[in-house]
Amino acid sequence: MSVVFWKELADHFSSRRFMILLIIIILSGLWATYATGQAIRQNTDTVPSQFAFLLLLTSSGDSIFSLATFLGFFGPLVGITLGFDSISGEYARGTLSRVLSQPIYRDSLINGKFLAGLATVAVLWGSILLLVIGLGITLLGFPPNTEELWRMLIFTTVGIFYVGFWLALAMLFSLLFQKTVTAALASIAVWLFLSLFVSVFSSAISGVIVPDATTPEALARRADIENVIDRISPSTLFSESVGILLNPAARVFGLALQSQAEGILPTPLALDQSLDLIWPHITTIFALVAVCFGISYIIFMRAEIRA
Amino acid sequence: MSAVVETKNLTKRYREKLAVNALNLTVQEGEVFGFLGPNGAGKTTTILMLLGLTEPTSGQVSVCGFNPTHQSLEVKRRVGYLPENPGFYDDISARENLLYMARLNRIPEDEARRRTAQVLDQVGLADDSRRWVKEFSRGMKQRLGIAEVLVKKPTAIILDEPTLGIDPDGAIRILELIKNLNREHGLTVMLSSHQLQQVQDICNRVGIIVRGKLIVQGQMDELGKAILKGREWNFLLEVGGDTNGLERDLQSIHGVDEIEKRTSGWFLRCTQDVRREIVDAVTRKGLQLLQLRSEDPTLEEIYLKYFREA
Repeated sequence: MSVVFWKELADHFSSRRFMILLIIIILSGLWATYATGQAIRQNTDTVPSQFAFLLLLTSSGDSIFSLATFLGFFGPLVGITLGFDSISGEYARGTLSRVLSQPIYRDSLINGKFLAGLATVAVLWGSILLLVIGLGITLLGFPPNTEELWRMLIFTTVGIFYVGFWLALAMLFSLLFQKTVTAALASIAVWLFLSLFVSVFSSAISGVIVPDATTPEALARRADIENVIDRISPSTLFSESVGILLNPAARVFGLALQSQAEGILPTPLALDQSLDLIWPHITTIFALVAVCFGISYIIFMRAEIRA
Repeated sequence: MSAVVETKNLTKRYREKLAVNALNLTVQEGEVFGFLGPNGAGKTTTILMLLGLTEPTSGQVSVCGFNPTHQSLEVKRRVGYLPENPGFYDDISARENLLYMARLNRIPEDEARRRTAQVLDQVGLADDSRRWVKEFSRGMKQRLGIAEVLVKKPTAIILDEPTLGIDPDGAIRILELIKNLNREHGLTVMLSSHQLQQVQDICNRVGIIVRGKLIVQGQMDELGKAILKGREWNFLLEVGGDTNGLERDLQSIHGVDEIEKRTSGWFLRCTQDVRREIVDAVTRKGLQLLQLRSEDPTLEEIYLKYFREA
């Protein structure tokens, strides 16, 4: 398996595709950090927030997106780009039967490919994090504290698996369709559906279930239903967990009634408290990756290799 | 001599279609076995089953003494397989392609480099080893494929349509290469093809498969005897000068069974070796002997006969 892993990793790193992704990610990271950092610097009236470095990731500054939102949106594209031709490309080149007639277990090929993709994602995500920290120190003049580092690290891990889900999905499609273009289109279709159209569906459905949303209770119920449906999408899971993880003050998803919010102290949550809130999200993302990869694995092990 | 490949009632069914039907095949150690049949006869499916790349519906396979379905790694360690139209990673060099395969075979790095250089030299690609595969011609790719099969030092190689789509000169080079590998390195070779004339020179034994069924298997000359039902002396005679009456003289020779007029000369089917008598008859008439050639049945004729019968 390690042979396949290193070959695929080398392929990823030397491909133009990876170069383009790297440039996009680095430019966006630079730009977002710089804009937010400047905003924090110029605001000299108040003491900088306790979690200034997390603000670099989550504050949108003058731009439309915050860096975290951007990564949540762009991450799937990275996963799809790395995965859509992993198996179908081998079919197209006619190399699959040659590789599989070597004395290797069949699963080492698909495992090696998936892990190499995941490692590439980790390198991309890690590099942007280091970029943010490095630029942040230069701009703000002080280093991040331990809690910020931990939160960023967990954010990175969740992010890698979130992109890993899209990688696994793209690999599954590339195995199912055996044609590179079809696999890419199918992955992008699923991505568009899950990141854009799910919210349309969820508000339509909740509108049907709770038609008359005039009381606060009814509004909250409608929001709850929408949330539940939205959480079908890994993008929602990711953005919700990032919202909690990178904002220690946040303690609820979506709406909270005034009666529920009563008595809450406006202090930041400890790291483990924040984690408690998003454990279901994180485990679901992990499970989605495992399920997607598991299906590809089973199909691949049973497939007849003719090409 | 032991059997490298042995199948018993090997069957593969795809839904309705019976792709391979109760195949009993044997390839002996050290021979070149030609696996012949028209397109879609089940050659590739059989080969895939031999390597464990697809599972048989029923029947038994043994390759180098191992069962490819359950011990595919043992089989793949010993058998090299070159698929029809082999593909390569075309954005890396020929050498790197081979090195990757060597690494997959867990050959140590320095040994892999040495073997790679050696096999590339063997197939005549030493000068092109650092070029990208995408610049390679079809014939070169095929030779690179053979080189790759040799990297793991196999005891047997299975080649699927090794001459498909290659110009006659290139095909001859590849066949000569295969012949040399068999002679000098004692490699057992099983090659599938539908181009009979090309491969008949290098095969010791052939099996002919039509619509999933092996219809005949045996030594080349055995097949020839079977097809010509005992009449194994066939000559083509061509003479110069006035041939008036020669045909009657030939007819009277004991052992000449049948005479057939060809565009230039005669085709004689005989029951024994009558070359001396024929030459005598020609010289008695005072004619010049232009040619007297023995016409053994070609594999093409054997193949066509069985193909039509099936």
